[in-house]
Amino acid sequence: MFAMKTQDILTIAGKEFSSRLFTGTGKYSSPKMMVQALKASKSEMVTVALRRVDLNNPKDHILNHLDRNRFHLLPNTSGAANAEEAIRLAKLAKASGLSNWIKLEVTPESRYLLPDGEETLKAAIALVKEGFIVLPYIQADPILAKKLEEAGTATVMPLASPIGSNKGIKNIEMLKIIIEQSNIPVVIDAGLGRPSDASLAMELGADAVLVNTAIATASNAKEMGEAFMLATIAGRKAYLAGLSDSSDIAKASSPLDFLS
Amino acid sequence: MTFYNHYKELDQKEIVKMLYANYDKNYLLKLLDKDVLHLHHFLALLSPSAETILNDMAIKAQLLTKKFFGNTMLLYIPLYLSNECSNNCLYCGFNKNSKINRKTLNSREIEREMQFIKNKGFEHVLLLTGEFPSIAGIEYIEKAIVIAKKYFASVSLEVFPSTQDKYQTLVDAGATSLTIYQETYNQETYKNVHLSGPKSNFEFRINAPEEALAAGFRKVGLGALLGLSDWRLDSAFVAVHAKYLLKTFWKSDISISFPRLRNTPSALPFIYNVSDKNLVQMILAFRLFLPSSSLLLSTREPAELRDNLMGLCITQMSAESKTNPGGYTSDDSSKQFEIDDTRSLKMILSSLNKKGLDPILKDWSYHFNGF
Repeated sequence: MFAMKTQDILTIAGKEFSSRLFTGTGKYSSPKMMVQALKASKSEMVTVALRRVDLNNPKDHILNHLDRNRFHLLPNTSGAANAEEAIRLAKLAKASGLSNWIKLEVTPESRYLLPDGEETLKAAIALVKEGFIVLPYIQADPILAKKLEEAGTATVMPLASPIGSNKGIKNIEMLKIIIEQSNIPVVIDAGLGRPSDASLAMELGADAVLVNTAIATASNAKEMGEAFMLATIAGRKAYLAGLSDSSDIAKASSPLDFLS
Repeated sequence: MTFYNHYKELDQKEIVKMLYANYDKNYLLKLLDKDVLHLHHFLALLSPSAETILNDMAIKAQLLTKKFFGNTMLLYIPLYLSNECSNNCLYCGFNKNSKINRKTLNSREIEREMQFIKNKGFEHVLLLTGEFPSIAGIEYIEKAIVIAKKYFASVSLEVFPSTQDKYQTLVDAGATSLTIYQETYNQETYKNVHLSGPKSNFEFRINAPEEALAAGFRKVGLGALLGLSDWRLDSAFVAVHAKYLLKTFWKSDISISFPRLRNTPSALPFIYNVSDKNLVQMILAFRLFLPSSSLLLSTREPAELRDNLMGLCITQMSAESKTNPGGYTSDDSSKQFEIDDTRSLKMILSSLNKKGLDPILKDWSYHFNGF
């Protein structure tokens, strides 16, 4: 009953997703709990830190538990401090056969893990040229978002607030500009602490949200995975339905029709 | 300005006054609502007055830890390369005057030890030496790092103080972090327990962490050897040191360890007692002050205490440690100190699982440093 309208499909680099909730694999209390939560979230795009996994180990602690038919694995470059390191990790993921999709994260400092726009752009340009599908994690910087789009990235993934902070959407005005201007999917990533934050992101017109910490560290991760699934759908439906205070509604109702 | 210069300019009397002031309980509780704590807040949380709010501190510290690290514990194993030492430190088993079995592992022995611990499942190794540069100096450590990279995802070091250019060769070889405990920040006590050898140079040692960060180590580990001096004052200086490094090197990551002398070494006249309650207060205060820093607790501590601190705010633990070079595959050298938690990795994994914590054995890739 909560399924999206069938025509409301998110397409990224030619691949279709019926869920607009992307999830992560870090911070869970066990792989078992992770799988339960991911299943409950109905997420189809799951990001995995390359630093965490052993690509040569078929029994890897994380990869071994993720059904590739259910989840599209999105390796990320978490831990990379500059473009060079991020590029190396992306190539590693590709060479191992894991994926040529890469969630590009360049975070030179460990306290807030804020993305370095300059290095991210540099890495994105290089990786796109090499045929990678690049999903860059960025500050809510509308200019950077456009530059990345021009460079050929598949999405932009601006943060709502610092990663893991659960503070919710703290830069809403910049996110609105990014969403308004973007010709590629906008995925709000990082800082979404409550399902209502995910709803708000979707109501703003984001194409998807990525949630990890809030689900992984909830007392009941499985239930929280489901809560975020519902909230993402609710926000998306509200956006499509046309929020009554949005300009789209005002246009549709054409209050000045009588003049013509 | 080096940290030593900064340290000399600190008003130590004022710090002591703030550590031992009487604080109102409500004031202390309000500190727990703050996002960012300043040094004077940290000192208040270390004070005897704050012993009354330990439970509240624990709740906040646990929340912060969960947010930054999730329900996880990173596990590592120490590997002693050499127990040769030219220092006379009264508390240390490797003291140059001690009649012990000295050993410096050769390449073959290093490989053998590494294969052994790799087979147990470890991916994060900590390489340690005493301080005897002509036998186990920078070049020797560099060779050990190169071997370690064949086996492990992450290679960390706990070795002697050096300079940026020498540390640079260790970074280039593939080491990512360096731990250097100042032992005590009380310069007088430091002099009294480090009687001779290069380690008696307080200033050279206290500046080593910034040499390491300037050389490109990603992370530096700090700590005081608890028991040598007033733990509250030493903790205050560790915190000041950490903040100085974070401000000076914006990319740096700092971890804090809490090594505690639990029995008085025979050469020391006495140790300052640090109770379990003291240790817990210290760890909680550090978590509140440095929310995203790794906090480490080694096998020096007993299993029961380690289990109780899992899931509170410790994020990194050693397991199955041996403190003698070659100790994993032979028994012909002497230990630096006795460990207490002698449980196998398997048993520690089981304890972590019972606590709802996911053990992490791999959280790095040597690919960060190049193929």
